[in-house]
Amino acid sequence: MQEFLEFTLGGIAVGMIYAAVALSLVLIWRGTRVLNYSQGGMAMFTTYIAWLVIRHTGNYWLGFVVALASGLALGAILERTVVRPTEGKAPLNSVIVTIGLLIFLEGLAGIIFGGQYRSFPAAFSVTGLKIGGVALGISSSDVFTAVAVLAAAAALALVFRYAAVGLRLRATAFSQSVSRLLGVRIGRVLTLGWALAGLFGALAGVLVTPSTFLYPNSMDAIFVLGFTAAVIGGLDSPVGAVVGGVLLGVVLSYAGGYIGSELVLVYGLVVLALVLMIRPSGLFSAATTRRV
Amino acid sequence: MTMVRHLAAAIAVAVILAVLSIQLGSYRDYQMAEVAAYVAAVAGLTVLIGLSGQISIGNGAFMAIGGYGGALLLIHLNWPLELVLLASAVIAAAAGAIFGLAAARLRGPYLAGATLMLAVALPSLADQYAGAFGGDQGLSVSINTPAFLGPTFPPTRWLAWVTCAGALITLVLLANLGRSRVGRSWRAVRDDEVAASLSGLNVARLQVLAFVVSAACAGLGGALLAVVTTIVAPGAYTLTLSIGLLTAAVIGGLGSLLGAVWGSLLLVLVPTYLTNLAASHGLSGAASSSVPIAAYGVVLIIVMLVFPAGIQGGLRRLFGPAAPAAAVPINALRRRRPASEHQEEGTT
Repeated sequence: MQEFLEFTLGGIAVGMIYAAVALSLVLIWRGTRVLNYSQGGMAMFTTYIAWLVIRHTGNYWLGFVVALASGLALGAILERTVVRPTEGKAPLNSVIVTIGLLIFLEGLAGIIFGGQYRSFPAAFSVTGLKIGGVALGISSSDVFTAVAVLAAAAALALVFRYAAVGLRLRATAFSQSVSRLLGVRIGRVLTLGWALAGLFGALAGVLVTPSTFLYPNSMDAIFVLGFTAAVIGGLDSPVGAVVGGVLLGVVLSYAGGYIGSELVLVYGLVVLALVLMIRPSGLFSAATTRRV
Repeated sequence: MTMVRHLAAAIAVAVILAVLSIQLGSYRDYQMAEVAAYVAAVAGLTVLIGLSGQISIGNGAFMAIGGYGGALLLIHLNWPLELVLLASAVIAAAAGAIFGLAAARLRGPYLAGATLMLAVALPSLADQYAGAFGGDQGLSVSINTPAFLGPTFPPTRWLAWVTCAGALITLVLLANLGRSRVGRSWRAVRDDEVAASLSGLNVARLQVLAFVVSAACAGLGGALLAVVTTIVAPGAYTLTLSIGLLTAAVIGGLGSLLGAVWGSLLLVLVPTYLTNLAASHGLSGAASSSVPIAAYGVVLIIVMLVFPAGIQGGLRRLFGPAAPAAAVPINALRRRRPASEHQEEGTT
């Protein structure tokens, strides 16, 4: 029972990271039908920027904010420069271009920062919390992770629901041509989608890196698990992304805890395969019929 | 007829390569062997992407499966080399079939994501089952030069012969497959799944078949590479390898087997050159070994944005007939949306 509680809470905490990555994928997928394989690379890069800032100023929160801001900027810049030209071409083009971006960012990080593992500070203590002598399996840092991701997701939901720009984002995801006819400047909306995705990716990066170390490939595993979470959620639904992330986190935490933690990625692959075979469109999207 | 032509070309190339391997020194022979091993893997990938319209970012994982399979067969069962190579292709094909069955229901981005996950996840198995796979250190593989060549025959030349033979056989088989009914069906599926399905083609089965073929090629390439480098270790089968294969296929020209050869040549020669160049400009060891990785990214982006037909497409435009059939596979993959929906994007 004690173990079960620890695994559940620990799973939820890790799942929040997957949720943040999944949200960043969903934000881009909804607008452009592009799956951004470079999301992990972008998050790794912004985390390096935060690392630099923290090392030079000693101020964690400054690094945190700089990471989020550079995530926003990086998303917008990449969309305008290399992703926009793939619009309207075969989906394969954007897949290959974003993979190119991923490996480019990883190579660039290797050139600038070297390949060695760097430790990255956590915002709060990483020692396990206890309530009345019962270990919870999570730390204050995990609680902060969950709160930060949930707050960001809630802010996003409010923007989507109430702000004019949120309406434009939703309208563009619904139908680009109709939105354009109604006067939405699609190009800007797509850039904004990428910028927001960059922000969520950067958030995931600074939150997860204290437990993984920082190196050019440090976000690869997190990215594929975030992708799995997004697929569980249906790639189209922000709510699905969060629920998918938490579900995946909990399932992997049980698998890691009861079977063995070395093969978490392999369990993730099994989960992904199962979801794709049983419900390829995700657990949370309305069933749509395939054409072939 | 095509079969005969492909065979004749392969034999001619084999003779040229044999002469070349005798002329060249042992280091060049080694590089030739490396290129040939990559050719097998890249050719399978370029057929998968260019002909069947599916994408895999995980063919490095199938190379790992072929490499480890071959190494285990050599070490424990002591099979003859040609049988080991065949078996490693079969093992990788079986893995590809299992994966492909799940993947057949997936469209582009899902499939790419699933294969990406395979590439990231698989190396952890080697660490987990260190008893069988040798953990981080990997397994060492060694083959002997056959006795009839005499004791003084350079081992690297033998390696070059073995790998070039493997690569040539792969290329001939793939060339014939591409020209066969299967190849035409793949193109039909790639260009329009609905139309292909209405014409009576079994789309899912064709897509799985393409996946299996590319996995088999990757498996053979992996086993050949293991024989050349005399080791299989998880560090060799990272995501970078998988993306390197993709880069080679893209820069050569997707769907073109000759392009796979150009791509593999670059994959072997350019990283060493770039690393040395960076090191001579004062970059540290770790930093300069990252230069080729960044270069893969630049190449992928620029080729896809500027000349998606790759090297072979360019060569064909320079020297070939006026209307090349396969030089524009990517455009044929265009989404079946009305073009007008997207074209104004850049001006908004």
